[in-house]
Amino acid sequence: MTGGGAKPRRSRDVLPGFGLSMGYTLVYLGLILFIPLSALALKAVGGGWHTLAAVLSSPRVLASLRLTFGTAAIAALVNAVFGFLTAWVLVRYRFPGRRILDAIVDLPFALPTAVSGIALTAIFAPEGPLGQFMASIGWPVAYTPTGVTVAMVFIGLPFVVRTLQPAFEELASELGDAASSLGASPWQVMTRVVFPLTLPALITGFSLALARGIGEYGSIVFISGNLPFKTEITSLLIITKLEEFDYTGAAVIAMVMLTASFLLLLAINLLQKHSLKWLARKEA
Amino acid sequence: MHAQKEFTFNGVRIALLAVVVLFLLLFLVGPLVAVFSEAMRKGLGAYFAAFTDPAARSAIWLTLSTTAVVIPLNLVFGVAAAWCIAKFRFPGKALLISLIDLPFAISPVIAGLVFVLVFGRNGWLGPWLEQHDWKVIFAWPGIVLATTFVTLPFIARELIPYMQEQGRDEEEAARLMGASGWQILFRVTLPRARLALLYGIVLCNARAMGEFGAVSVVSGHVRGQTDTLPLHVEVLYNEYQFSAAFAVASLLTLLALVTLGLKTWLERSGVHARVAP
Repeated sequence: MTGGGAKPRRSRDVLPGFGLSMGYTLVYLGLILFIPLSALALKAVGGGWHTLAAVLSSPRVLASLRLTFGTAAIAALVNAVFGFLTAWVLVRYRFPGRRILDAIVDLPFALPTAVSGIALTAIFAPEGPLGQFMASIGWPVAYTPTGVTVAMVFIGLPFVVRTLQPAFEELASELGDAASSLGASPWQVMTRVVFPLTLPALITGFSLALARGIGEYGSIVFISGNLPFKTEITSLLIITKLEEFDYTGAAVIAMVMLTASFLLLLAINLLQKHSLKWLARKEA
Repeated sequence: MHAQKEFTFNGVRIALLAVVVLFLLLFLVGPLVAVFSEAMRKGLGAYFAAFTDPAARSAIWLTLSTTAVVIPLNLVFGVAAAWCIAKFRFPGKALLISLIDLPFAISPVIAGLVFVLVFGRNGWLGPWLEQHDWKVIFAWPGIVLATTFVTLPFIARELIPYMQEQGRDEEEAARLMGASGWQILFRVTLPRARLALLYGIVLCNARAMGEFGAVSVVSGHVRGQTDTLPLHVEVLYNEYQFSAAFAVASLLTLLALVTLGLKTWLERSGVHARVAP
């Protein structure tokens, strides 16, 4: 990291500005992140265990948590499958329009979520082009949990594709060709080489998409219909609690969501460390 | 490079390609087409009328003025964080980097909520602010704070790895030749990291202009006053003014397309994409 090898740091460092930049970084993080986040934590536990239990056992809250985590899991699974295929096709195949498709994969990152929300609703609403078709086969999308899932698929896709692409690129040039030149069939190369070696990246992408789906708001609230107990996601319930001036309730629900996404991210980090070791052992 | 050399007519490959292209057309191109076709449904006159409406103008102005404050804030922070993290060694560096990433893991609604808990009427500073007749929540400062929170990592996390890869040899050489710290920063470090800097600014800008969840919690939806562009889209949509809603949305979509173009161009020029929201 440091160019000149082992160097004495602290005051004898030739480069100035460590204290200033570090101090500014910490103060800024403190003001923008930590003070507000500690306000949340204190508010959530401030009502005591009794309030905590009361909020979390309310049927409406439980229904929204079940909907949010359930649909996010389904959407992340859909994205794991289609993201895997998309990344594979984008890395391995050459076809006209590939670069445009590759660039457009990031659209859900770049498009404001409110725009994604109303655009998806226009497509999947009962009078929309696809909504009509889906309703005619008895599977309405907008204003149902399926609609929530569709929005989460849209918002989560880039995470899986962008995590898998580098893994495929690394692999494609080395192991895959070696295996096929040794006589393995494409199916064997896929199931015995490609899939096991890129599984950690796939799980990482899956978890990132899952975390994003759980926390997503803007692209979902238009297509979901927001019916309490049926299509009301947890983020929206937090806003509802706020509008009712139930700050403690909002804070408790927010803490549950935060804890869930931190546990997910922790799992991703552990997995990445573990898989690095695992790959290193495999190569040795 | 990795393209397969054989030209055999391969059914599996064509089927795979078809599935992927259909999926992307449905989920990514579909919404794009929907935005523009819905926006044009009532013709060009109605389309442009959506932007001359005073509420729309105020939303455009609010979005621009918010972004104009948020980007410099996060830019200075990003440079400071990247300077100490990329050019020095200290214990706890990995922890600091994960802390900077924290807003990515937090739902936008929660990002808005935390500021309501600090500055809202029943929040920590609420009574004090009320005494002095200062408004943070349901006003411009709250929108700026929530947007800053959500976009905090964008510039820092592009700069840090880029500056780490560049090492510190050139900075040390400049120092030995007598340059001051600021001279090193402005004449050596930042010019060398300009692509990563630009990349971070482009992403930060897109998110700042498009943020919806966090801003919707702190804005209070005062029409013509605290509605940003995405909130204005929501208001129009909920009032069943669909063409106007999609017209305003098409402006934000153009912004997203420009962002994608710039992003792709910068990635081809050597900036590595990080998986970011």
